[in-house]
Amino acid sequence: MWLNRDVISVLDFSKEELLDLFNKAKQIESIRENSFSNLKGKVLATAFFEPSTRTRLSFQAAMLRLGGTTLDLGEPTVSSLAKGENISDTVRMLDYYSDVIVIRHKLEGVSRYAAEICEHPVINAGEGTKEHPTQTMIDLYEVWKTFKSLENLTYAIVGDIKHARTISSLILSFSIFKPKKVYLISPLELRAKEKIKSFMESNGILYEELTTLSEVLEEADVFYITRIQKERFSDPYEYEKVKGSYVITLEHTKKMKEGAIILHPLPRVDELSPKVDSTKNAAYFSQARGGLYLRMALLRAILTGD
Amino acid sequence: MSEKELKVTKIENGTVIDHIPAGKALDVIRILGITGKENYTVAILMNVESKKLGKKDLIKIENRVLEPREAKLISLVAPEATLNVISNFEVKEKYKLEPPEMIEGLIKCPNELCITNKQDEPILPKLKVVKGLKIVLECIYCGATLTSEEITKFIL
Repeated sequence: MWLNRDVISVLDFSKEELLDLFNKAKQIESIRENSFSNLKGKVLATAFFEPSTRTRLSFQAAMLRLGGTTLDLGEPTVSSLAKGENISDTVRMLDYYSDVIVIRHKLEGVSRYAAEICEHPVINAGEGTKEHPTQTMIDLYEVWKTFKSLENLTYAIVGDIKHARTISSLILSFSIFKPKKVYLISPLELRAKEKIKSFMESNGILYEELTTLSEVLEEADVFYITRIQKERFSDPYEYEKVKGSYVITLEHTKKMKEGAIILHPLPRVDELSPKVDSTKNAAYFSQARGGLYLRMALLRAILTGD
Repeated sequence: MSEKELKVTKIENGTVIDHIPAGKALDVIRILGITGKENYTVAILMNVESKKLGKKDLIKIENRVLEPREAKLISLVAPEATLNVISNFEVKEKYKLEPPEMIEGLIKCPNELCITNKQDEPILPKLKVVKGLKIVLECIYCGATLTSEEITKFIL
């Protein structure tokens, strides 16, 4: 089921496969030792054509903790990309040198193309504005651990709905694990693209677009917060007008219903007050930590089948 | 349909594309790259009566046989069309167009950020043909979609 699988889109996986992955991750997480030798002799290559902290490091940490080794393409300025080498040739070389390739690029379709030309499995670590499948797996893993189920939950997704690939990728997964309702909370300028809305409609996902958070504070089970991207606003005044509406504070958490959790794919800027960190609603550090185990489970599954 | 009704004479050699959905003839002409400056005869009939379609368009092209590439593209804008190869005033071959499962290297992905639009990559655009009420093309790499109405703008 898992051996040699590419990970390009969350939609490439069934509900059963995702639940199987979450169980594998939980099993790894439950072992305190956290050091294995399953992937001894295996090499993971990371090729990040866009900046990354967590995704790159957690994939590398996951590989190292499984007994494997890693190599990194490095900044485009230090590799042959600076000499004009194309993506295709670069990826082919990584395929010769490694057993699995983790790739991030601003262009869309790169990982599927890489998977087509590579013999070894390719993992999409974020691409364009559409997909970030392993982040979605991590998000779902955290929700699954908290609620013991991924069905019938109410989500409040807050921030740059239009551009954040973590959001569109999460929305794709709602066709696999049906939520009760999804609130999309953003300034008008950053509302979901038509394609995402028609995806939700054609998959029977109930959603509502809002501009303020206050009316869903008591209703949502999961708050998924992302950064409002100042640079996307054509008018700085418009940004100033809305930015405060999307900062999660201690006051907000007091109105949240019992058991509600706050997720954030990180990095955060100012949309999530550090004062929230110590509340029982704050699940974003647990989510980030779970990312390591989820990626360990994923790497072990696609490289050994276990 | 009789000649009298159409008021267009038979062609000696060439191609007749029949059963084009009404209003789509000009898309077919664009696909074929016909500008009117060619030195062969082209007859375009639009919105003529059809038992099968109610209204239809029809194109007669003298001295030109379509390439498989052209037939594939036409099948996307006129999936019900029939192609008649005419030789010496007779129909020598007649077949119904069938949209293929995949279009490779013929239509550009509409997403400018798609890897297939990057100049220096050795990759051909591949679009999956999704057959529903209307034909939609979907890039197998980035997932961008293109409706049959937009196809002529993206032909390579």
